[in-house]
Amino acid sequence: MTDTGSRTYVSYLDHQGRFKGIFSWLLSTDHKKIGLMYLNAVIVFFFVAVILGLLMRIELLAPGRTIMGPQTYNGMFTIHGVIMVFIIVIPALPAVFGNFFLPILIGAKDVAFPRLNLFSFYLYILGAILGVLSQFAGSGPPDTGWTFYVPYSAQSATNVIYALTAAFILGFSSILTGLNFIVTIHRMRAPGMTWFKMPLFPWALYATAWIQVLATPIIGITLLMVIAERVLNIGFFDPALGGDPVLFQHLFWIYSHPAVYIMVLPAMGIVSEIFPTFSQKPVFGYGAIVFSSLAIAFVGSFVWGHHMFTSGMSYWARWFFSFTTFIVAVPSAIKVFNWISTMYGGSIDLKPPLLYAIGFIFLFMIGGFTGLTLGSLASNIQVHGTSYVVAHFHYIIFGGMGFAFFAGIHYWFPKMFGKMYNFTIANISWVLVFVGFNVFYFPQFIIGFQGMPRRSFDYLPQFQTGEVISSIGSMVLVAGLFLMVINLFRAVYKGDPAPANPWKGVTLEWQIPSPPEHENFETIPEIKNKPYFFGNTSTN
Amino acid sequence: MSDSHNNIEHFDNEAGKMGMWIFLFTELFLFGGLFLVYAVFRTKYSADFHAGASELNSFIGTLNTVFLLTSSMTVAMSLTAIQKNNKNLALFLVSVTIMLAALFMMNKYFEWSHKFEFKIYPGSSVLKNMNRGELLFFGLYYMMTGLHALHVLVGMILLSINLVKIKRGVVNMKRYLLLENSALYWHLVDLIWIFLFPLLYLIT
Repeated sequence: MTDTGSRTYVSYLDHQGRFKGIFSWLLSTDHKKIGLMYLNAVIVFFFVAVILGLLMRIELLAPGRTIMGPQTYNGMFTIHGVIMVFIIVIPALPAVFGNFFLPILIGAKDVAFPRLNLFSFYLYILGAILGVLSQFAGSGPPDTGWTFYVPYSAQSATNVIYALTAAFILGFSSILTGLNFIVTIHRMRAPGMTWFKMPLFPWALYATAWIQVLATPIIGITLLMVIAERVLNIGFFDPALGGDPVLFQHLFWIYSHPAVYIMVLPAMGIVSEIFPTFSQKPVFGYGAIVFSSLAIAFVGSFVWGHHMFTSGMSYWARWFFSFTTFIVAVPSAIKVFNWISTMYGGSIDLKPPLLYAIGFIFLFMIGGFTGLTLGSLASNIQVHGTSYVVAHFHYIIFGGMGFAFFAGIHYWFPKMFGKMYNFTIANISWVLVFVGFNVFYFPQFIIGFQGMPRRSFDYLPQFQTGEVISSIGSMVLVAGLFLMVINLFRAVYKGDPAPANPWKGVTLEWQIPSPPEHENFETIPEIKNKPYFFGNTSTN
Repeated sequence: MSDSHNNIEHFDNEAGKMGMWIFLFTELFLFGGLFLVYAVFRTKYSADFHAGASELNSFIGTLNTVFLLTSSMTVAMSLTAIQKNNKNLALFLVSVTIMLAALFMMNKYFEWSHKFEFKIYPGSSVLKNMNRGELLFFGLYYMMTGLHALHVLVGMILLSINLVKIKRGVVNMKRYLLLENSALYWHLVDLIWIFLFPLLYLIT
């Protein structure tokens, strides 16, 4: 980076391509700009869904009708789920951080198909708008839950078709992003960057992309079949017409369980970047992390039946799915050991990104252990229809993927915007989010075990203490989220300029200026070392 | 590899082809979902499926198979023609492919409208009085051949774009990725039909 004086440096934020003004963003094929557009969209839709969630928590402050009736409540948790799952957690990490950092981390100037990348962004926006519209337009919000179980989803008089179409389009967008990443990783790595010199976030994205490509079409065709059931009276899933509702559940979970790994694998990739940087130490067991990613992607494709232990499956099918569910916990645990061992003996720098990453491990472990309760056949029957499942799910998805997202945004923020945020406020918001999260979801385990049903606007009086604690926690959590976002937004405009390498990281993104130039690298770097080589940093 | 990085507008043939192959995987899995449903219901209602299949006209089915197989050959030949820089022959062969596809669609149209005349379509009273298995068979028949026909239409549009681009010389001896990918797509359409045909028409 010594020869920057020979030509003027223009950050990608100011770069004007073929189009001027707002169109230099909307029509840009620059992976970084597309990543930022995704980020903005994700934040907007995230707060829409957060507010729906908060309204549900207010409803649950007292038994009986508090602020809404059952039909409204059903619509709320359906749209909360559809937005959160299909619009935020599935696309967020690959589309925001994957787009922005995958090419930089492997030393490329862009993804393999930049125009396709922009196209999948617009598919995403189209699907997201349809999803939100389903709440307001036509005959009322869909009330099927995000899982669209038939036969109810074929009969409900609400806007189910909007939501189904939205999920279909979002799935297509996800496929194209995955396809783009696979080809990018295969074809665009910088000279010298062999597969096993690739940083861990690209590895995680690679495993994720294959799930996106191979599993998403199944949900696509399944949603089409439900649409056909509603529109054309083709009764694949309607027992009255000879169909089989359990078949729908199989098809749905064949995708939707691997989708959990679409969410959580990139999250694991992000924290695998953060731990070495903030411990100033090479990652412990690089190969183990890589192979456990691939193992999760593979084994995770054969566990879908554990969502259906109460739906009616043969003894051997239940045995098989329970067994694979326990097996898939092994590679996840290997990763946890790796991250903790990475910190062991390192010079730990407890900055906000590392706080979020440690929060990730803590919450993900609680989510993982409670998952074993759900994965074993006997205890599953007890807790299947209760808020225990809600708590487990949110510990994995919000505590896992959500916290990794916050870790990622605090880690890469200086690189993305060239500005630094306020550490004190970031730390305070971490405390609020972390404490609020646990106060919110942990009581759900307890009352769930005692029999509090999920997806219900009403409950027996004995659960009120737990529900009120939960609701208080949810308010602390939301306050923390707002504080965090305000802190980051303020930093975009008023933050101090960030140096190129604020965390003393050694991966490629820290070797270029903050924010990066339009084509990332002036000259494509030649890779000689393994990633996370802290010994003699000047060689990188 | 290294020199392809010098220019962002680089043209990476291999990447384009790889992307197409991955896309074809997703198409296979899309139809795979339907084949799975077919397998489940055929096991459950095998007698009804045989009865349903006997209602289909296997002559038209065979004719359509011949059309599609021939069109796969012509599209492959057009690729060889463009590689040998024989523009006119390539144009001719792509046109033949599109024409065969049109014949396929025409047959499909007559086949479907014939069924409609006998009131065999989803939701009709005739169909509802049939056995549950036959009902599902026709549901699958319409869904699978319908989705396949949609792919034939997309393929025809792709090939027509190729026709224009070959004429303008954008697709030429040195750059024929678009034609190659369209041909791959066309082979997929053909391949899926090769499975649909026996599963729907020949199981009587």
